[in-house]
Amino acid sequence: MGRTLAEKVWDDHVVRRAEGEPDLLFIDLHLLHEVTSPQAFDGLRQNGRPVRRLDLTIATEDHNTPTLDIDKPIADPVSRAQLETLRKNCAEFGVRLHPLGDVEQGVVHVVGPQLGLTQPGTTVVCGDSHTSTHGAFGALAFGIGTSQVEHVLATQTLPLARPKTMAITVDGELPDDVTAKDLILAIIAKIGTGGGQGYILEYRGSAIEKLSMEARMTVCNMSIEAGARAGMIAPDETTFAYLKGRAHAPEGEDWDDAVAYWKTLRTDDDAVFDAEVVIDAAELAPFVTWGTNPGQGAPLSAHVPDPASYEDASERNAAEKALEYMGLTAGQPLRDIKVDTVFVGSCTNGRIEDLRAVAGIVEGRKVADGVRMLVVPGSVRVALQAVEEGLDKVFKEAGAEWRHAGCSMCLGMNPDQLAPGERSASTSNRNFEGRQGKGGRTHLVSPQVAAATAVLGHLASPADLSDVATPAGV
Amino acid sequence: MEAFNTHTGRAVPLRRSNVDTDQIIPAHWLKKVTRDGFEDGLFEAWRKDEQFVLNRPERKGATVLVAGPDFGTGSSREHAVWALQNYGFKTVISSRFADIFRGNSLKNGLLTVVLDQKTVDALWELTEADPTAEITVDLERRKVLAAGIDADFELDENARWRLLNGLDDISLTLQNEADIAAYEAARPAFKPRTITV
Repeated sequence: MGRTLAEKVWDDHVVRRAEGEPDLLFIDLHLLHEVTSPQAFDGLRQNGRPVRRLDLTIATEDHNTPTLDIDKPIADPVSRAQLETLRKNCAEFGVRLHPLGDVEQGVVHVVGPQLGLTQPGTTVVCGDSHTSTHGAFGALAFGIGTSQVEHVLATQTLPLARPKTMAITVDGELPDDVTAKDLILAIIAKIGTGGGQGYILEYRGSAIEKLSMEARMTVCNMSIEAGARAGMIAPDETTFAYLKGRAHAPEGEDWDDAVAYWKTLRTDDDAVFDAEVVIDAAELAPFVTWGTNPGQGAPLSAHVPDPASYEDASERNAAEKALEYMGLTAGQPLRDIKVDTVFVGSCTNGRIEDLRAVAGIVEGRKVADGVRMLVVPGSVRVALQAVEEGLDKVFKEAGAEWRHAGCSMCLGMNPDQLAPGERSASTSNRNFEGRQGKGGRTHLVSPQVAAATAVLGHLASPADLSDVATPAGV
Repeated sequence: MEAFNTHTGRAVPLRRSNVDTDQIIPAHWLKKVTRDGFEDGLFEAWRKDEQFVLNRPERKGATVLVAGPDFGTGSSREHAVWALQNYGFKTVISSRFADIFRGNSLKNGLLTVVLDQKTVDALWELTEADPTAEITVDLERRKVLAAGIDADFELDENARWRLLNGLDDISLTLQNEADIAAYEAARPAFKPRTITV
């Protein structure tokens, strides 16, 4: 019987397989950041263990880093101490680090792919659940806890039970105004936040094949929001073209060998998935969340649901609690929801294509009165590219704040936070209670919806802008 | 890791589904660089409400958390496990756990027990009606026992063996050094490297 993409990559990394034991898997790339690594380095020190493969390990700073005044000392002493701990650990153990201020610094899941380190058929881990992002290249990539970070540092392997596989097949054409973010939000709403538990997802079908690499990363990034540790897309010419010429991509004969191998990384025709979900791309529309988990979403044209309409008691209870926290009323049109803040950025939507999409919409327009808009590039490289294209000027002229690279308002670990009761439209990945700051209320949206929402002051898509000031020269 | 054999204690019934790790331990607590001192951050936002179940005097000293489905979703932060342990929990019961949280728990000796929702409902009713009711989680026999409740649970044999003996994964893996070295020697040249060594 044939094998799925996930099974092929898994099998190629088995160091040891024994009856009654989890497989011992080799890890090709280990990404580190300041939050989930300090206790792991402590463990190495206590046991007198070195980092086994420095050449497969790389660190950057992202969660705690401020996005303003980065040339000044970090104001929060606890954040500063955590960053200093990473610097000290990397120096002591010899790990390559890109700290704040370095040209390769940025959100860890933006940095790996742009350096060309994330490659098809590799195993990639990081102490961060959005490691699933790297699956866009046909890598088996998943988030791990700090004990496993220590395990990989010490052994370059992980003992793991093989998950089941689930196909998410998306056929047809995505409508013009529908993005990769809308697609993944719709998938999560369909299968639920626990739907992918125990599975590796493989996104496939004609609509997936047409996505750019960056759009594929957006889709795979949020696999964890459907409960799956990993999501993958088979590598193809789009993948190879993205990688060619990047700093760590193979060269010469190695490139030819690599591509020959990468081309074998497709699910065989006779392979069987443990589960399959089919989605018709043509039926999708711009999608937003109304609740406090990423599965609580609906098309922008819909209304806030009535909790009483849920048959399942636990879902009904969750919807009631969510509406109370979000300050919403059942039946309210989603388009009527006014926001205070718009956040563009994160490992989900902080790449150059996302910034271009936002710039294309806000150009010649103004951010609505009373709305604060933050545009935060996913990495320094993304920021430099945006500046070269003049996107920073577009954002500033529209009244948005153009910031330095980092995780920023995706999570409340740095100065960029919502105040209690404040409401955001956010291109990030989690709308959990308090995720963007204590008492903050988050609506997850695509970059395009974020941009239109910033201009109109309420949840909106670019199509809603047709009757307001058209940009000059368009 | 501390070994887990059998544990008996009073319970905290948490009637919520989708308890994400941001609720278990909010992000600002993640700036700490130790594995201890997270107890005050556990469910920090919800604990501001005096009526929240964890704040009730009759729940003081409880060691078994009985939660709704999809417990531990979201972020991979192992701090969520440390916070539960620092607070005094020894075991968490739910009908479904998020994969990463469950893996992190088992690596730290916090036993996550999967029971069907009907049994979880029965445990909620029992411990809500009688806060002094005790629950026993017996890993040796893979059983959860309480007044009127006798439920079996599954846990793969390898994970159970490691928990019962409090074994350290890294030491176990390093016993396979020869396998790791052999795999490394056979890796293709085109695989990426972060530095030249």
